[in-house]
Amino acid sequence: MQRILQFVRKVAWAFGRRRFRAELNEEMAFHREQAAKDLIAGGMTPEAARYAAMRQFGNATRLREKSHEVVGFRMETVVQDLRFALRQLRRNPGFAATAVVILALGMGVSVAIFGFVDAALLQPLPYAQPNRLMDVAETGTMFRRSDLSRDDYDDWKRLNHSFSSLAAYGGSGFLLLTPSGAVPVPATRVSDGFFRTLGVKPMLGRDFMPGEDPPGQAKIAMLSYGTWLKRYGGRRDIVGQAINLNEDTYTIVGVLPRDFSFALRANAEFWVPLLDKNGCEVRRTCHNLYGIGRLRDGVTPGAALQEMKAIAAQLAVEYPVSNQGQGASVMPLSEQIVGKVRPILLTLLGGAGLLLLIACVNVASLLLVRSESRKREVAVRGALGATPMRLIRQFMTEGLLLAAAGCAGGVVCAVWLMTLLTRLVPKEMAASLTFLSGVGMNAHTAVFAGVIALLAAAVLSLTPILRLSFLEIHEGMSDGGRGSAGRFWSRIGANLVAVELAVAVVLLVGAGLLGKSFYRLLHVENGFDTSHLATVQVAAPDKRYPKTGQKVALYREITHRLSSLPGVQSVGITSDLPVQCNCDTDWIRIVGKPFHGEHNEVDERDVSPGYLPTLGAKLVRGRLFTEDDDASKTEKIVINEALAQKYFPGEDPIGQMVGNGNLDPKAMREIIGVIGNVREGGLDEELWPSEYQAIYQGPDTFFSVAVRTVQDEKSVLPVVVRTLHEVDPNLGTMNESTMTEQIESSQTALLHRFSSWLVGGFAAMALVLGVVGLYGVIAYSVSQRTREIGVRMALGAQRSSVYKMVLTQAGRLTAVGLGAGLICSVGASLLMRKLLFGVAAWDAPTLIGVAAVLSFFALLASYIPARRAARVNPTEALRAE
Amino acid sequence: MAKKPDLLPGTLDMLILKTLTRAPLHGYGIALSIKRYSDDVLTVEEGSLYPALQRLLLQGWVKAEWKLTETNRRARFYTLTAAGRKQLGIELSEFEQMIAAIGRVLQDA
Repeated sequence: MQRILQFVRKVAWAFGRRRFRAELNEEMAFHREQAAKDLIAGGMTPEAARYAAMRQFGNATRLREKSHEVVGFRMETVVQDLRFALRQLRRNPGFAATAVVILALGMGVSVAIFGFVDAALLQPLPYAQPNRLMDVAETGTMFRRSDLSRDDYDDWKRLNHSFSSLAAYGGSGFLLLTPSGAVPVPATRVSDGFFRTLGVKPMLGRDFMPGEDPPGQAKIAMLSYGTWLKRYGGRRDIVGQAINLNEDTYTIVGVLPRDFSFALRANAEFWVPLLDKNGCEVRRTCHNLYGIGRLRDGVTPGAALQEMKAIAAQLAVEYPVSNQGQGASVMPLSEQIVGKVRPILLTLLGGAGLLLLIACVNVASLLLVRSESRKREVAVRGALGATPMRLIRQFMTEGLLLAAAGCAGGVVCAVWLMTLLTRLVPKEMAASLTFLSGVGMNAHTAVFAGVIALLAAAVLSLTPILRLSFLEIHEGMSDGGRGSAGRFWSRIGANLVAVELAVAVVLLVGAGLLGKSFYRLLHVENGFDTSHLATVQVAAPDKRYPKTGQKVALYREITHRLSSLPGVQSVGITSDLPVQCNCDTDWIRIVGKPFHGEHNEVDERDVSPGYLPTLGAKLVRGRLFTEDDDASKTEKIVINEALAQKYFPGEDPIGQMVGNGNLDPKAMREIIGVIGNVREGGLDEELWPSEYQAIYQGPDTFFSVAVRTVQDEKSVLPVVVRTLHEVDPNLGTMNESTMTEQIESSQTALLHRFSSWLVGGFAAMALVLGVVGLYGVIAYSVSQRTREIGVRMALGAQRSSVYKMVLTQAGRLTAVGLGAGLICSVGASLLMRKLLFGVAAWDAPTLIGVAAVLSFFALLASYIPARRAARVNPTEALRAE
Repeated sequence: MAKKPDLLPGTLDMLILKTLTRAPLHGYGIALSIKRYSDDVLTVEEGSLYPALQRLLLQGWVKAEWKLTETNRRARFYTLTAAGRKQLGIELSEFEQMIAAIGRVLQDA
């Protein structure tokens, strides 16, 4: 109680400082006047009385200060210290600017990266109780997570007790009829409870009602907020209006709120109920949906997984042909959404942390050097009566001032970096990284920045305290303390430089490995010529091309028209372009081989006769498709070498028959050719067995066109699109791009590019800081030892031995830093091995390369001071005393 | 000027508090009063009263008030508070104990 009262009084006085001072002065003046008066009354002359009164009173200034100290927070001296610190820094702007810039960079980078980590991994998904939402899917023999089939979804929904609601969604696309023609639009088919499961309510109109998603129900749709603004001008009366999708009439029932986003179908413009089973959904083997479940209260994800597995096992017994080997996968929805970027973000955060460490160490050693050269000043001040506490406070104030300036700069730098990095993410990828909108300065990042600022302040204010051993004060006065300074410096300062070099090595190795992974990824064997290949996806309206013959006629027309364009070498049509995904798979059974109902998963692609030659795929055996391989003939397939090796080891596959699980006669097909492996899956995915069927035998209205060009493939794209619209203005075209673009902008490549560039940037900064730090240490040591070197040379030491002396010191530091760094970097690389592709964590060329680079720069940094040392003129050095 | 004995350390606060039990006084008055009551033996470095007074104010043992003196000058008068009176009691008894103890040590056995 007493303490609180005292504190309150102090605060009150602190605010009335001016008044306090005036009152004290008045009081003291009154005292002296009275004393003088009394002395005059006692017979003294006024002059003498005034002096006597002052003598009696004592040192007024000191007493005033003492009174202030009683009541104040030592504010006065703090202000003094600050002023002095500012003066010191201003006198040495190079030092101050270097320290502030280094700190600001280190902190800015860390805070910016943390901003991304926070938005992606710490902030919850924008749904009601997001931690209860689970991604629910099947597993297959070759898939850890595979789509649900619609029939399985219906059974899972009916049978499970773990989820209070289980919804499903699947990708889809429509041709939207607009006044300016047909426009392909991405859409998502959802079960009626999808938005209720997420806990999202439409901002306009209504949600889908229970019972609105089975086949035969009314065609209705909801709009994404962006679509509502872009296509319908944000008109509120849009609800209830009819739109034309795929030449069917859909009624708009609602508009989703502005802040709604669903990262797994981020670009969907229209949301429609599942409704009629499409061509594939009539089979239980058609896997095209994913589930989202909200766990019931008290049910753990593990328990839910157990139950779903049991249900899957029960269905496998019930439907052995379609469901044998199909299991269940239940994982947090957030894991599905951000799982892929987590290791990258954590690696970047680690890299940024190391950079911050190196920045702090660098600034700390700068401070050390400075406090070394200020020894005389400290000694003088000590001799004049400054207490050790007072000196420590002075140095702490300087450290804190630097930290404050550095951190202020760091925050500015962080905000700028966050905007810059967010903008650097390509648009198509940013759409699926919905967390990017949450990146910025917020409560989390502010706290993180605050913690870093405190740490920096602690390091910078404690370093000089460690340094100030007050025993040296008297030595410092005599200016003979160089010997001890050198010893001290070689202890702490030098060790710090070794730490810096070690951290730089870790970052360099990280950058090297990531860079190499990225290179390996882009140069992975694709099995076809990726250059000069332009691609377009096409959607034809189903109602205009209902029959096989009509679709085949369309393919032939497109091939014919595009082939006759100038600069076009050949044209192919396929169901899926290469380097996309191991998806759209088929389960095969080889006639005449033992079979126990297992699912032999292979990528299945429908291709036109011109497609494989257009890609430049290598024919190994047999033949490719011709124009004659159409619906009037028996079905034929071409397989890749992976399939041949896996299912026909040591045999000739040509002429063998392949069927589905129960060898349905309609699905029997004959192998006519084997091609070299063409990469169908993503860059970092395994090569799968693939089969190619003739697209003329099973055509679809959604397909892709690949065009091999002589000249620049990019320039052909507009002509290709125009020609397609000349063939039929109702064709929708999308994703016009080149194969090279697709590979380089694939998510895997982008993530690798991002991480390798960022870590590379960190490493470059770390290298500069480490080498500059080494230079500082060696140069300082040389300047301190000028006299010693002079003596040595006067006594007959050769210049070469002086070189040797300096370079040995630098070499020892570099060797320690390099050794420790290499060991740590193998550990660090093992931690991030998930990000590595085609490179081991202990990749020798990278380690050797880093060692060479660092040694080279270290040698350079120490050569300059060594040269200076060797040029010391002994007579001058000795006379300088 | 003859050398006078220094004040026993730590006793200034007590002397001020005791002086104020008689009447509220300004700083000069306190110095005068201590000098007079001690028959000119105890002289404070007069200025050092002021840091001490700030300390006592902070502890809440005295209160300060600007008033006019008999000669119509403005001066800050200090008054003892109840807490100050209690503190004086504590300090006096501690001081007496200490003096008694010193006395016992110095007595010829």
